[in-house]
Amino acid sequence: MTGTSHPDWLASLRRVARAKADAAGLPTRRDEAWKYTDVAALGVGSFLLAEQPRGAVPEVAPLGDTIRLLLVNGNLVAAPDEPLPAGVVVDRLDSGFSAGVVQAHLGQVIPADAKSLATLNSALFADGVVLRIGAGVKVDRPFEIVSFGQGGDEPVAFHPRCLVVVEEGGSATLIERHLGSGSYFSNSVVEIALADGASLHHYKQQDEAAHAVHVATTGVSLAGGARYAGVLVQTGARLARHEVHAALGGQDASFGLDGAYLGAGQQHLDTTTFVNHVAPGGASRQVFKGVLDDQARGVYQGTVLVQRGAQKTDAHQLSKALLLSPHAEMDGKPELEIYADDVKCGHGCTVGDIDETALFYLRARGIDEATARHLLIEAFLAEVLDQIEVEPVRQAFAAVLGERLEGAHATRRSDDHRQG
Amino acid sequence: MLEIRNLHASVDGREILKGIDLTVPAGEVHAVMGPNGSGKSTLSYVLAGRDGYEVTAGSATYKGQDLLAMKIEERARQGVFLAFQYPVEIPGVTGVNFLKTAVNAVRRSRGESELDAMQFLKLARKKAKELGVGEEMLRRAVNTGFSGGEKKRYEALQMALLEPSFMILDETDSGLDIDALRVVAEAVDAFRNPQRAMLVITHYQRILDYIVPDKVHVLAGGRIVQTGDKDLALELERSGYAQFVGQAA
Repeated sequence: MTGTSHPDWLASLRRVARAKADAAGLPTRRDEAWKYTDVAALGVGSFLLAEQPRGAVPEVAPLGDTIRLLLVNGNLVAAPDEPLPAGVVVDRLDSGFSAGVVQAHLGQVIPADAKSLATLNSALFADGVVLRIGAGVKVDRPFEIVSFGQGGDEPVAFHPRCLVVVEEGGSATLIERHLGSGSYFSNSVVEIALADGASLHHYKQQDEAAHAVHVATTGVSLAGGARYAGVLVQTGARLARHEVHAALGGQDASFGLDGAYLGAGQQHLDTTTFVNHVAPGGASRQVFKGVLDDQARGVYQGTVLVQRGAQKTDAHQLSKALLLSPHAEMDGKPELEIYADDVKCGHGCTVGDIDETALFYLRARGIDEATARHLLIEAFLAEVLDQIEVEPVRQAFAAVLGERLEGAHATRRSDDHRQG
Repeated sequence: MLEIRNLHASVDGREILKGIDLTVPAGEVHAVMGPNGSGKSTLSYVLAGRDGYEVTAGSATYKGQDLLAMKIEERARQGVFLAFQYPVEIPGVTGVNFLKTAVNAVRRSRGESELDAMQFLKLARKKAKELGVGEEMLRRAVNTGFSGGEKKRYEALQMALLEPSFMILDETDSGLDIDALRVVAEAVDAFRNPQRAMLVITHYQRILDYIVPDKVHVLAGGRIVQTGDKDLALELERSGYAQFVGQAA
C-alpha cells in the first residue's frame, strides 16, 4: 500500500505525522522518557523501509483455535477467510468500511508527542488493521495477530499498526505476537479503545529475531467500567521497548498489566508505562518480573498519574528483577504523581538474586543446582503467566520461557565442563 | 554409617563447632540435645552441606565416603536427608513438580528408572495418605501457606518418597502441638530399620518419647560434653542445661 490510495483524512493524518517525525528525529537519551534506552544508536534511522514481502509466507502455528491475521514486515498477507461472529469487523484501516470508527480513534488513543516513535509509525505504516467488536458482542474465540519480521541482506524497518475498538459491553481476547528472522526494526503501534463496560484480554508475545529491534507503543483508553487485562512476555530482540499509555477516563475502569521478561547475552529490554487516572474509582495494577543473565539489561519506568478528580483510585505497580550474573543490570524508576487525596497507591521495585535458602532446600532433596535454579526462575515468572486465561497461550508462552532458560543452562553447563 | 571426627566449623568467621566426635552405626537412633546456641543447627547444616557453613578441621565419613567433599544434592542422592526445622516456602513451585523432580533425581543416581507422571502420582498419593497429608497439599506450592504441622508432615512425606538411609531431624518438634508431634514422630519412627540410622536434634525431650534413641549426646559450646542412653534425656528434662553451659565455657 502506498499513501496515494489512502482516503483523504488518512493521507492528511500521515502527512502531519511525517512532518512532525521528520522535524523531531528519533528520540535520544537526552529525552527523559528514553534515558535508559538508546534506539538511535542502533542505526535504525538508516534502515530501509521494508517493501512488500516476496516469497513464501512464513509458517507460524496458531495458538489454539483463533481468528488469525498475519502481517509480514507490516503488510497484511493473511486475513481470516471464515465467517466472523455477528457484530465483529476485521478489516484494513483504509478500506472505508469502518471509516467512521477508524477516523474517530486512529491516532487519538496515544497522546500526540512529536518525538514518539508512534508518530513515525503514523507516518509510515503500510497496512493497518482494525478490529471492531460491536456493542454487547462477546467473542469467545481469541483474535491472533502475528507480526513477522523478515530481514534481508540489508536491515529493514517496518511499522505494524493495529486499532482495536470494543464498543459498549463488548468483550474479546487479543493475542499479539511478534516473531521474525534476520535483522530488522519493527516499530509497532496498537491502539485500544474500550467503551463503557467493554473488556479486553490482551496477551502479547515479543519473541523477535535475535538481531531485531522492537519498539512498541500501546495505547489503551478506558471508558466507564471498562476493563483491560494485559500480559506481556518478552524474550526476543537485541533491543526491545514496550511503551504503554493507559487513560482511565471513565469511572470505575480497571487496567491490569503483568509482564515477564527474560534477557540474556547483550539484550536490552525496556518496559515503560504511563497510567493516567482521570476519573474516580479506577483501579490499576502492574506487576513486572524480569530475569536477566549475562550482560543483559532491563529497564522499568512506570509513571502513575492520579488526577485531582480521580478519588478512590487504587493503583499499584511492582517491578521485580532477578539478576543471574554480576554483569546484568536493572534500572527501575517507578513514579507516583498524586493530586487526589482519597486514594490507595503503592509501588515497589526490587532487584535481587535467587533465594539461596530455597535453592538449598531443593538441592537438599537431590535436585541438581541448575535444575533447582530453573524451577525457582519458572516459579518467579509463574505469577505473571498464571494471569493468562487462555490455556494454549499460557502453555506456549511458558514453553518459550522454559526453552530459553534451558538454553542458558545448557551453555552454562558446557562452560562448567570446559573450566572443570 | 556416619563417623564424625574432630569436626570444627565456622559461620561468618566465628567458630561454632569446636571438635565434634560422633559415630552413628546403621540401625541406631542418636539424639543430640543441647541448649540454644550450642551448635545443634550448625551441625545439621554442615552435614547437609549448606553454603556459608565452613568446615575448618576434622572429617565426616558417610558409608565410608568423605561426606564433606560431596555437593549438597550428591549427599541427598546418597541417602542423607535433612528434615528442616523451618521448611522453606517456595511460591510458584507445585508440590507435585518438586517431589517428582526430587524423586527422579534420586532414582537416576541409584540407577533406577524414572517414574512417569502417572506412576509418580500413584506413589505420592499412597504415601501422602499414609501420613495424613491431604491430596490438595500436593497440588499447592511447596510449603506455601502451610501450618507448622503441615510443614513437618510434608517433610515426613519427602522422607517417605526419597527413602534415605541417614536422616537428620533438626528440631522437628518445634512449632508442633502435642497431637501433630505424635503424628510426625510416629511416622518418622516407622522408618527405622536395621539399614537406616537417624540423628534427632532437639532441645526438648518429648519427641524422644516417640522416637526412642539408642544414645543421647549433649552438645554444649560446640562440643559433645556427655553421652548416655535414653535416660540422659529424661534427666536433662528435669535438671536443664545449666550445668553444661558452665562446663563448656
